[in-house]
Amino acid sequence: MVERKTVRQQLRLLPVLPSVLLILVFLAAPILWSFHASFTNAALTGRNARNPAWTGVENYVRLLGDAAFPASVVLTVVFVVASAVVGQNMLGLLIAGLMTRARKPVAAVVGTAVVAAWVLPEIVAAFAAYAYFSKDGTLNQVLGGAGVAGADWLYAYPMVAVVLANIWRGTAFSMLVYRAALADVPQDISEAALMDGAAGWQRLVFITLPLIRSSIATNLMLVTLQTLAVFTLIWVMTAGGPSSASTTLPVLAYQEAFKFGDIGYGTAIASVLIVLGLVFGIAYVRLLRGDKR
Amino acid sequence: MTTAGRRTFEETLRRPRHGEGAWPGRHRNRGPADAALLLIGACFVLPLLWLVFGSLDAEAGYQTRLPASASLANFTAVLTPELLLRPLWNSLLLSAGTASVTLVAAVLAAYPLSRFESRFNRPFMYSILCGTCLPVTAIMVPVYGLFVQLRLLDSQLATVLFMAATALPMAIWMTKNFMDAVPVSLEEAAWVDGASGLTALRAVVLPLMRQGLGVVFIFVFIQTWGNFFVPFILLLSPSKQPASVSIFSFFGQHGAIAYGQLAAFSILYSVPVLVLYVLVARGAGGSFALSGAMKG
Repeated sequence: MVERKTVRQQLRLLPVLPSVLLILVFLAAPILWSFHASFTNAALTGRNARNPAWTGVENYVRLLGDAAFPASVVLTVVFVVASAVVGQNMLGLLIAGLMTRARKPVAAVVGTAVVAAWVLPEIVAAFAAYAYFSKDGTLNQVLGGAGVAGADWLYAYPMVAVVLANIWRGTAFSMLVYRAALADVPQDISEAALMDGAAGWQRLVFITLPLIRSSIATNLMLVTLQTLAVFTLIWVMTAGGPSSASTTLPVLAYQEAFKFGDIGYGTAIASVLIVLGLVFGIAYVRLLRGDKR
Repeated sequence: MTTAGRRTFEETLRRPRHGEGAWPGRHRNRGPADAALLLIGACFVLPLLWLVFGSLDAEAGYQTRLPASASLANFTAVLTPELLLRPLWNSLLLSAGTASVTLVAAVLAAYPLSRFESRFNRPFMYSILCGTCLPVTAIMVPVYGLFVQLRLLDSQLATVLFMAATALPMAIWMTKNFMDAVPVSLEEAAWVDGASGLTALRAVVLPLMRQGLGVVFIFVFIQTWGNFFVPFILLLSPSKQPASVSIFSFFGQHGAIAYGQLAAFSILYSVPVLVLYVLVARGAGGSFALSGAMKG
């Protein structure tokens, strides 16, 4: 009787199977294969494509010795910190905060403008950003109109261009998160603080920010991960160049694997990225769990 | 910072409250906030202007300027089966296929997770949540390797299944949250009447969470429609590639000359997702969709 009950309980879980299979075959298997392939000399074409040989930690040793990898890590960190942690996150909070004070129609129109850049397909957003930052693009037109000499942004300052483009592209997400969070902050608390003579920044630092801190943490985690995975924007705008001045880790992994045909080395870089993603993922889960207790 | 915040909070609660009229904020000046917002909004619109003006200008460059004479020449130039219609059809196949597979699998998975207590639930949901954090661009090199081994390269079906797998963690998470909001008592009545779990799901639960299902479907559809990197790696023959990839090839071949056509192509390709987004935002409210995704 007891046995039959557990069998029936397990049968109830049967509908989960299709999802589990899909995830195992198409997500878990590539991840495991990635760790495996990163210890071989697998190649895109040629003899090593059919019979890759086990080379141990050679790819990882090469990673550390190769000047391209540390440089790429630094660029990735700069890209994530500047465009996600500082740019999208702060600007999103600023816009959401201003929206609570501004007139409703103004907030609605500006909200639409911010969201538009986010809803567009990423390749279209990338084209628009490419045109905007190109030598005779809109940015230089505006600067020229203000009497400031422009620059060839995509060649002279590729990182500045891709960071700004990613802020433009992704701020909507942070804005939506913070709008929802600020709407939940009880009005009378900040009203009371206002009567006590708290200045605007004091209310922000001592009342509003502590109240929405779980939203801030969640948002930081998610925008960091989204930005870590950005490929299309950079690929269209600079293709990682000039030389490798804007080659972040996803671009480097792509180049090593598909341009130079070195799948083993490419998967080693991919494995580093996957581990980074998992670390952030686990931290995110712990954070949410801690919240609930 | 937390304790300081709490002390201020408690102290403020102890103070007697003044009348509403004494609160200066109610009459505060909205002008500065309006101006700052409009300035930010202008910065966000500026890069998009080129797309609109350029698409209408037969002699467009990378400059943003009002076309000397507005014409639809760019649109007619790209509106050929070869250039636009077949890629758009492929995009539709991939997106609708991915969204359907994802939705069916997510609903099936969410039902037992939402309705039956099991030791398996918590670890599963936490792994799912962890899975939503996986950077998909990071696994494209190994996925390519796996597709080569399994001879799945250039298969639209395999691409759909892969994209469904990447969308599933988020979709299961959202679907379960929407399903949790449907009261169990209604199904219990159906169970008493002898309906099986899956019949109750189909007849009672799904109609009640139609709106949530629509949000999940459109969410996955938009995400797949806009996806460039996955079909770029996994689909090789131009006849199978979606618009995101064919527009990139077009840009590579003609981007340096046919700016206006590139802009027109971009607009035609973007319109479907803009419409779908407006549908979701209008019908269900952006925060509703977000609540499905963010609720713990």
